[in-house]
Amino acid sequence: MQTVKMVITGPFSSGKTEFIRSISEIEVVSTERDISSAAEAEVKEATTVAMDFGRITVDDDLVLYLFGTPGQRRFDFMWEILAEGMLGFVVMVDSSKPETFREAKSILETFRAYAPTPYVVAANKQDHPDAWSPDDLRIALRIEEGVKLLPCVAKEKESVKNVLLELLYSILEEMEG
Amino acid sequence: MPLKGNIRDFSATQLFNLVNLSRRTGTLTVFEGIPTGEKDAMGGEKMKAGKERARVVFKNGKLVHAALADQDNGLVAVLEKAGKLTAEQAKRIRERAKQTNDKALAMLLINANYATKEDIVASIRQHLLDVVYNVMAWTDGPFVFEDGTLPGNDHILVPIDLENVIIEGARRIREAEQLVEHIPNLDMALKFPDNPREKFKGVHLSVEEWRVVSFVNPKNTIRQIAKANNMSEMEIRRVVYGLEQAGLVEIVKPPGMENKAKTSARSRRAAAPPVQKKVVSKLIDKIKSL
Repeated sequence: MQTVKMVITGPFSSGKTEFIRSISEIEVVSTERDISSAAEAEVKEATTVAMDFGRITVDDDLVLYLFGTPGQRRFDFMWEILAEGMLGFVVMVDSSKPETFREAKSILETFRAYAPTPYVVAANKQDHPDAWSPDDLRIALRIEEGVKLLPCVAKEKESVKNVLLELLYSILEEMEG
Repeated sequence: MPLKGNIRDFSATQLFNLVNLSRRTGTLTVFEGIPTGEKDAMGGEKMKAGKERARVVFKNGKLVHAALADQDNGLVAVLEKAGKLTAEQAKRIRERAKQTNDKALAMLLINANYATKEDIVASIRQHLLDVVYNVMAWTDGPFVFEDGTLPGNDHILVPIDLENVIIEGARRIREAEQLVEHIPNLDMALKFPDNPREKFKGVHLSVEEWRVVSFVNPKNTIRQIAKANNMSEMEIRRVVYGLEQAGLVEIVKPPGMENKAKTSARSRRAAAPPVQKKVVSKLIDKIKSL
């Protein structure tokens, strides 16, 4: 059986776990723990410490694994391990929290350095009243024109499907190019 | 939908760049930050908007109006500050024209030979720049950018291209730490963005900036450009920062560095396993069917 892997990364609380949860056929194997720092606890109650793991079975011979990285910097030793052998990656950005944009850009650059694989940027939480539009995010994060920056609501399956499909189209285009 | 944030996380310079690139019309309001006692997503102190500190207005990506909340931004004060009116004249005009708006007042001053139209435009222009450079130096404060909001017809709007404002504002950012943080690695190179001719149109560069621009080439590292121009690390960082914020250059890896990264053990380990096109097509079909 062949397995392929995609990585879902992004800053703390950008919606990575929710993204995988929306599309995975299995209950996401999450390594969430209660948040220790008071600051982070105000943002959400639990966070991913090692990784999230979701699965999509295509047929008897092919399985897609989705790995979500821990968002906090102190677990960044896990990133490179998770990036190993990835087919492509998604950078999640919480569009409503400009304080995380710099971190998102830094994570994007880190993963680009790990492997020259295709990637897309998901402008998550577009349903939030304070969300920056994808066009504004492109300028704010200095994302090149050729890179797909997609509106996303991670809790909606169709939105997650669209992001994954666009990443797969990019992978296909690179193979054909 | 308004853009909200804190200039601690997304600086005024970056905001002006966003407004410029997206040719926005609207009003940016910066407030005093009042700590809420909560932390934001990055662990910073969460601030709520307090008293207004400044208001900056843009029309089609150009700066047209700016005012600091704690100073008199009226035409008389602006002309007095510019030396076009004496203190005595300013006092007299203020007493006589209490209810007159800036536009009407400008007509009266021109007709009475107190000031020429050119004096008024130049003085307002300088006032706007002073306000904006002041705002660009701020490192903290909640902001809101509201699309489409313009001041009333009684204000005199003087359009100013933002590219030069961004460059000059960036020139004034002297803090070494900020520059080092932004450009930590002088072994990176510079390249022109797409449509460089369009971006450079109407931009006024200093001699130092031209000297750097003349060496822009992905093969030249920033360090090499500094050496060729006899510039210190801070001087080159300052110039590159200004050019980059104005969208005139981009920082890229020089070719050698890219190759090194591609052949490093880390990249080899992280490289994707060979996957056939039909596998990707199967994945696409599966996800579509979910």
